[in-house]
Amino acid sequence: MTRTIKIVWVVVFLAVLLVGIPAFITISERWDLYYTLTSVALLSIASGGVWLTFYIGRINIGQGAYALMGGYVSAILVVKYDVSFWLTLPLAGLFCGAASVLIGLPILRLRGVYFAMITLVLTEVARLLMLALPITNGAKGITSIPLPEAVKIFGLTLIPDFATLSNVKPAFYYLSVVLMILSFAALYRLVNSRLGKLCRSLQQNEELASSIGVNIAYLRVIAYVISSFLGGIGGATFAAISQSVYPSSFTIADSINFMLNCFLGGLGYVFGPMLGTLVLYFGWDLLFQTGEFQLLIFSTVLIALILILPNGLLSVRFNKVSRESAGRE
Amino acid sequence: MSELLQVIGLTKRFGGLTAVNDVTFSVQELEILSVIGPNGAGKSTLFKLIASFLRTSSGEVRFRGERISNLAPHITARKGVVRTFQETTIFKGMTVRDNVVIAHHLRSKASLFGYFIGSPVAMRDEQEFGRSADQILEFLGIGEIKNEIASNLPQGHLRALGIAIGLSTDPTVLLLDEPFAGMNHDETRHAVEMVRSVRDRGVTLLLVEHDMSAVMNISDRIVVLNFGEKIAEGTPAEIQRNEKVIEAYLGIEDESIGL
Repeated sequence: MTRTIKIVWVVVFLAVLLVGIPAFITISERWDLYYTLTSVALLSIASGGVWLTFYIGRINIGQGAYALMGGYVSAILVVKYDVSFWLTLPLAGLFCGAASVLIGLPILRLRGVYFAMITLVLTEVARLLMLALPITNGAKGITSIPLPEAVKIFGLTLIPDFATLSNVKPAFYYLSVVLMILSFAALYRLVNSRLGKLCRSLQQNEELASSIGVNIAYLRVIAYVISSFLGGIGGATFAAISQSVYPSSFTIADSINFMLNCFLGGLGYVFGPMLGTLVLYFGWDLLFQTGEFQLLIFSTVLIALILILPNGLLSVRFNKVSRESAGRE
Repeated sequence: MSELLQVIGLTKRFGGLTAVNDVTFSVQELEILSVIGPNGAGKSTLFKLIASFLRTSSGEVRFRGERISNLAPHITARKGVVRTFQETTIFKGMTVRDNVVIAHHLRSKASLFGYFIGSPVAMRDEQEFGRSADQILEFLGIGEIKNEIASNLPQGHLRALGIAIGLSTDPTVLLLDEPFAGMNHDETRHAVEMVRSVRDRGVTLLLVEHDMSAVMNISDRIVVLNFGEKIAEGTPAEIQRNEKVIEAYLGIEDESIGL
């Protein structure tokens, strides 16, 4: 793709997200879509993190743990310490990032199914931890979290107090979508810089990577920290929207969904997890009418999709392009 | 000539098995030294020890007088001692050129964050790596296939790519693991020329190899291992006459090897 076409795509994409969808919702009065799309945006941020760990060759089924952790960090800071939500958002991400250094250092030495199993357990450990810790309020969780406060610089209101808004749904929609855009822009930049190549070198052969002088342990941890950071801010925003967080807010099923989103969208494409989340979320909802067959149909379609399109949905669109550009470079 | 790399009393035990037993030799600057020996003689283990892929049981490896064993592989590589692998070890999903560009990692001046934001230093690095990669590929005669995906390459090209990856790190000593394995006569001759030309670029070469005629042809000196111990060291001519070596390869009475 040439530069101009790329820019046109980005502009169209941003316009649809920031103008088109809100306009459509206002006209059609389908206000429920706001909640759905907000969720999709937040889930795709967390999935984007998982995608990055796939990119260094690790199957990560533990993103739920960081989303949960992020939700609790933000909720506790807001409720118990009266910190502004806007400050707790990066703090939740940083907390998860720091935690993932400690967790990642030992477990990132594992590969393949062993790493996957450990991360699966991690989600459950996080849930049990939130049940047991004195500060998390056990199974009752943390409820009635106040809505995000206003942000003012020199008396100028940058972001209004969400509690004063007549309809808070669009505000959360914009918040989530902007976060998603920022996260994926960063991921895109990362993958297309030399860092992305280094990550791919890990994915393809760690031994060779270390013999050409790549500090593989360090790079693995960096990728995992970014992944967990994204999980943390996704979870923190979720807690703010639902104004509550429980130990069961993010469970193993969520962790598995994060992973499926990546598979579905395509592990080779940065925007794969975004599309995957959208399709998976809406697909699940559309099948709601089928009642008891929902899960059966859903999983059959998923298996079929993975068999037919092992490289994800985006491979349909970009297969030709990527082959061409590989030949041209 | 000076001693560039010294292997001193190097020993590696795996449980009860001693894979490398008290091996001592040294590598001179700009020579081609081959390590040979029957299967299971400990050659690959020796390589892994030198490149810090394995921890030693005792003994050490010195490079310009400084210990390089028992570090991490990437640190040993940074000091200038780089190991290449057998042909299947490349970055399979990348193009040939990307393989070589990525292998320039040790020459990067920018930080990881610099690459992320595309700082001027990082941009200069990228340009420099691209230029150098093209040059290395031309040098090894695989310039025309630089846009192929590496997994599609035939054996001979894979070997050249492996060497290209090694060269990209700008090594002082390059360890080549069986560079001629699985090649026919013509390919071997071509590869021998390639290895020589690498040495002429100022790289000291240490290789493990099975192909005797290639080894005799290319090596300045040869070290022979058998059952983890060094049994001989010398020029190709000396090694060919050495009785112990002939015994190791052709077999001797059972008694004397303890069976």
